[in-house]
Amino acid sequence: MIRFLLKGILRDRGRSLFPLLVVTAGVFLTVAFYGYILGMMNNMIRSNANLRHGHVKVMTRAYAQDIAQVPNELALTGVAALSDELRTSYPDLDWVARIPFGGLLDVPDDEGETRIQAPVAGLAVDLRTSGGPEPGLLGLAKILVRGRMPRVPGELLMSDELARKLGLDIGGKATLITTTMAGSLAMANFTVAGTIRFGIRAMDRTGLIADLADLRRALDMDDAAGEVLGLFKDGIYRSDQAAAVLRSFEGRYAGRQGEFLPAMQTLAEQPGMDIIIGRMRYATSAIVFIFLLAMSLVMWNAGLVGTLRRYGEFGLRLAIGEAKGHVYRTMLAESLLIGVLGSTAGTVLGLSLSWYLQVHGIDVSSIMKNITFLMDTVLHSKITPLSFVIGFIPGLLASLIGTAIAGRTIYKRQTARLFKELES
Amino acid sequence: MENGTIIRTTDLVKIYPMGEQSITALQDVNLTFGRGEFAGLVGPSGSGKTTLLNILGSLDAPTRGSAEVLGLRVEALPHKKAAELRNRHIGFIFQTFNLLPVYTVFENVEFPLLLLGMATAARRKAVMDALEWVHLADRAKSRPNQLSGGQSQRVAIARAVVKKPELVLADEPTANLDAENSHHILHTMENINRELRTTFLFSTHDDKVIGHLRRKITLVDGRVAKDEPGAGR
Repeated sequence: MIRFLLKGILRDRGRSLFPLLVVTAGVFLTVAFYGYILGMMNNMIRSNANLRHGHVKVMTRAYAQDIAQVPNELALTGVAALSDELRTSYPDLDWVARIPFGGLLDVPDDEGETRIQAPVAGLAVDLRTSGGPEPGLLGLAKILVRGRMPRVPGELLMSDELARKLGLDIGGKATLITTTMAGSLAMANFTVAGTIRFGIRAMDRTGLIADLADLRRALDMDDAAGEVLGLFKDGIYRSDQAAAVLRSFEGRYAGRQGEFLPAMQTLAEQPGMDIIIGRMRYATSAIVFIFLLAMSLVMWNAGLVGTLRRYGEFGLRLAIGEAKGHVYRTMLAESLLIGVLGSTAGTVLGLSLSWYLQVHGIDVSSIMKNITFLMDTVLHSKITPLSFVIGFIPGLLASLIGTAIAGRTIYKRQTARLFKELES
Repeated sequence: MENGTIIRTTDLVKIYPMGEQSITALQDVNLTFGRGEFAGLVGPSGSGKTTLLNILGSLDAPTRGSAEVLGLRVEALPHKKAAELRNRHIGFIFQTFNLLPVYTVFENVEFPLLLLGMATAARRKAVMDALEWVHLADRAKSRPNQLSGGQSQRVAIARAVVKKPELVLADEPTANLDAENSHHILHTMENINRELRTTFLFSTHDDKVIGHLRRKITLVDGRVAKDEPGAGR
């Protein structure tokens, strides 16, 4: 009997291929979509981490307390030794020193007199060390609008909008007026090597990216930095590992007093990020749930339609002498088979795509306009243990439930009525 | 049930509720059929022929009265027992053949035997015997869509008789066939009736069928208007 029913399933495409394709497609989309959403969330976290927060951030205790003010007078000193120590103790992370800074940019005319001034906020990073990680972390090459990356001392990158507002072209000169680490007036001349588009309104109005060595010289911050960022080498933020690093680091300084001792914060602890990560998780869950619900309805409906179109066949089988219970059980068995095969195929396909996107990614920069600082132009995905079941279980249950509900009519309806439908 | 009687209806009534009204499909039907009969229910559409056939086939239950088939009271049979009765003792032939299109001729005829749990070798022999009776052994591997209407109905007959049931209920079996095919079909059924002593009960208003009946029961508005010998031999 099982062989007989299997023959029917294999030969009747409406009974096998169509439901199988629907379940496979539904499960594939669910798994791939879930992976993509997780990947997208990771990208956003990665962008925030690369730009501002790191996966963990080391600064002085005093700096940490007043972090929103970017207080460079409270910056870390002995950064080279500290960085070496961090690299040795936590080799899973890349460690980079940065100086966020603010000031006034003065643009001179041909006579050397002030032509225009504008407040600026910038970030000093290591741009010139050959093979250094910073240009890649900040994705500077993809947001470069005009000019080139800084190559020699005194060159910087400027927001394209700010450069146009100040009338500065590539090669244009400007003077940064700010305060040194000790609190005295500092002035440093810079040349615009290139312009960039941040894609963030505040940064496009005032943003600069300067080389770390130039800023250290200008602000008297030799071997000092406001922040040392630690980023996991694979670029993925793992809260549990970050917390483990934090516990280990704090253990070194436990019981010691001093506001200039190093302190560490994880990405999730930094101002605003706890809310962003929490909201992103809620949003991700909501989007995945809605998508899952929609796909389940489609698959449920496929099970329903697949059964409804076979009422005639069921009428015949009942007339020949098959018991209602047997007909119902064979329907469920068929649906289970289709559900298992479709869900397995869909999960394998979905995981394959997710794996490809996780490992290789797909670069869509060529088809995207107005790429922004925080936008990852490589589509990424992420596979988690949940990816293995998030499509499989709904795929299996939805088709099974659809068939079970449609099949209940066999019990509810009188045999003669089903028989009548056979004739119609 | 006395010797030789396989069907007896007593004061059989079937009423279909239609909203607030009701339609009486059968009214006080009292009939008996013996083993080996070749009988037919005739009458215009709506006279109750199919309803009576459905009740005798345990596909439907009477509103009142009793229908006894092979010693079992249809109205008292639970679903499972009714299915067993149909499975073991009753064959159905339909107006529209109702072959399962994805299965071959052989597999269509084999299906009732699979439900009976018959062993493979015995099943194969029974199927081929049934196909021999209807002269379609050479089409065993064909699919229903490769057959003519007459051939399809002969497969349906083979499916109905393969388990050698005591009773075959045929609802308008020639309605979709031309005269020549109708003649072949009826001839086949007459042969099976004679060889296997199978009781055939038709529902029909086709003169070609009526001409072969050995007993003709005329139903009018759900009542037995006439019960007379037919012209068949």
